[in-house]
Amino acid sequence: MSILVNQNTRLLVQGITGQEGLFHTEKMVAYGTKVVAGVTPGKGGEWVLNGKIAVFDSVKLAKDATGANTSVIFVPARFAADAMFEAADAGMDLIVCITEGVPASDMMRVRSYLDQKDVRLVGPNCPGLLTPGEAKVGIIPGNIAIPGKIGVVSRSGTLTYEVLYALKNLGLGVSTCVGIGGDPVNGTNFIDTLEMFQEDPDTDKIVLIGEIGGTDEEQAAEYISENVTKPVAAFIAGRTAPPGKRMGHAGAIVQGGTGLAEDKITALENAGVKVAQHPEEIPTLL
Amino acid sequence: MKLHEYYSKKIFQEYGIPIPSGELAQTPAEAKKIAKKIAGPVVIKSQVLVGGRGKAGGIKVAQTPQEAYQYAEEILGLTIKGLPVRKVLVDQAADIKSEIYLGITNDRAARRPVIMASAAGGVDIEEVAHKTPEKIIKYHIDPLMGLQSYQSRDLAAGIDLPREHWRAFGDIASSLWDAYIGSDATLAEINPLVITGGGKLLAVDGKMVLDDNALFRHPDLEKLRDLDVDQEAEIRAREHGLSFIKLDGNIGCMVNGAGLAMTTMDIIKLFGGEPANFLDIGGGASAEKVAAALEIILSDSNVEAVLFNIFGGITRCDLVAKGILEALVRVKTDVPMVVRLVGTNAAEGRQLLKDANMETADTLAEAAKMAVAAAKAYQKS
Repeated sequence: MSILVNQNTRLLVQGITGQEGLFHTEKMVAYGTKVVAGVTPGKGGEWVLNGKIAVFDSVKLAKDATGANTSVIFVPARFAADAMFEAADAGMDLIVCITEGVPASDMMRVRSYLDQKDVRLVGPNCPGLLTPGEAKVGIIPGNIAIPGKIGVVSRSGTLTYEVLYALKNLGLGVSTCVGIGGDPVNGTNFIDTLEMFQEDPDTDKIVLIGEIGGTDEEQAAEYISENVTKPVAAFIAGRTAPPGKRMGHAGAIVQGGTGLAEDKITALENAGVKVAQHPEEIPTLL
Repeated sequence: MKLHEYYSKKIFQEYGIPIPSGELAQTPAEAKKIAKKIAGPVVIKSQVLVGGRGKAGGIKVAQTPQEAYQYAEEILGLTIKGLPVRKVLVDQAADIKSEIYLGITNDRAARRPVIMASAAGGVDIEEVAHKTPEKIIKYHIDPLMGLQSYQSRDLAAGIDLPREHWRAFGDIASSLWDAYIGSDATLAEINPLVITGGGKLLAVDGKMVLDDNALFRHPDLEKLRDLDVDQEAEIRAREHGLSFIKLDGNIGCMVNGAGLAMTTMDIIKLFGGEPANFLDIGGGASAEKVAAALEIILSDSNVEAVLFNIFGGITRCDLVAKGILEALVRVKTDVPMVVRLVGTNAAEGRQLLKDANMETADTLAEAAKMAVAAAKAYQKS
């Protein structure tokens, strides 16, 4: 068991004929993910990966033909909002947007619309999801995690890989790893994921990886103290980040006294979460 | 990206918000000419992207064109919080009866825009928010619906604005929303919005911050970027597609991924060092990119060691190692380097570096300790 993605995931790739889309489709297929279709407007009827995967002009056509239930988006930032609206209207259950650099105003419109529908969004600006041994949706390298009972949720990319790798080196496996992304306005947040991990019978422990900016970690801490009975370990990046500067991720910025690493660490510790000094310390806290 | 006052107000005007008549001057003579044209008292305002211009002597009222010349000369010679004043705005002085605040920004926690008004205008709104939050009236705006007229009326009533100004206030709020959306701003603020002796509303000061992610839709606005606020190294990094921020320490770091780059800074500090920078080289670190990044790091004379921390997921570590070695051929230095490569083809990458006599580390903690020690040894030598 796991959350969000598994053997029943029937994945379609929006932007499958682009360089990134094609490269990662190949990796996802090699991992064993059931990639059933691709979408690139204007390229319907073509095939990719030596005729293995059909390309459609729209998400709706792809869904009707293949029964896809999940979409992963690799389109450029300027087309990302449209891709998310299209996937939602076509009736996808889960949309995972990898694209980085989506304008905040687009994301606010997407959120406002998707909140009215029965669909879950992960991302944008995220590495996607990995349920080791079952499915990889996005760009998390498949070989750095093994199946197990630890749920991982993170706002970061390579930092998440670092934690997965540290767990694997000690023989600790992962139920599902969810990269929720580093943008200020995104879909699934820490609380949504914590709720799913808490309910998942095959997740025993949880790792939360946060960073400076916003107050999502503080809200997660409050949620944990009230609702999560499974042990949680955390790491917060950016203790040494100067205020007012955007640290790579659009959402990683200390502004007007909010978003500080210290505040997040204190909130998590007060909620009974063990907070690591550095990522390699996480496995020892579990 | 922050816009200067004069350009923020120019955008406001394009969307129908009344602003004082005025022009930009780069010399005292230009300021005098503008003052003559306005034919009345003018305000000379330094155009720098920091707060507290008034307190720093960067805003002055001139009664005559000769005074305008004199004040412009003084202000154009100032450096405010490290930024040189290169331009002044010469605005017709407003006949101020009262001052209010009106602004729109992204409320991150609510994931939607929020419009805010306060009767306490002309002062730092963050201070008002902190000390007397009840003086600020807020409404969230559904981005799919836009600002509704009733919300503007409620704001006006909420700040006890006299009824005769409601209509003009509503028009300005609606224009501000259009300017905010039309420019992909993350902040659009009028502070103060002045009620004049003649009963008119006038945006005397304006501020806009644009979403960097949306600048592709506004190539005309991107050209306005004020490079004075960025370090020279940050500008060069941007040209190479690198995300770089200069810090005050002595250990340079080069990392792939923003979260991991922040973590690398943190762990350097944890083991007794001070990071010299934040640097995310992104995916697929080519030799050119690594070389450019290394040049930028070493252009900081404080740097006494460089730590490479690369997690090869999709990126292959052997290619990164080759990139580092090629970069070191182009960039000559005696600054010690510590390299940590993990993930795809890490063993091959490490071997390449060992053959070139470079220090390599297996874990992040080990790498940080080695870099801190190397910097100390370099100081002594």
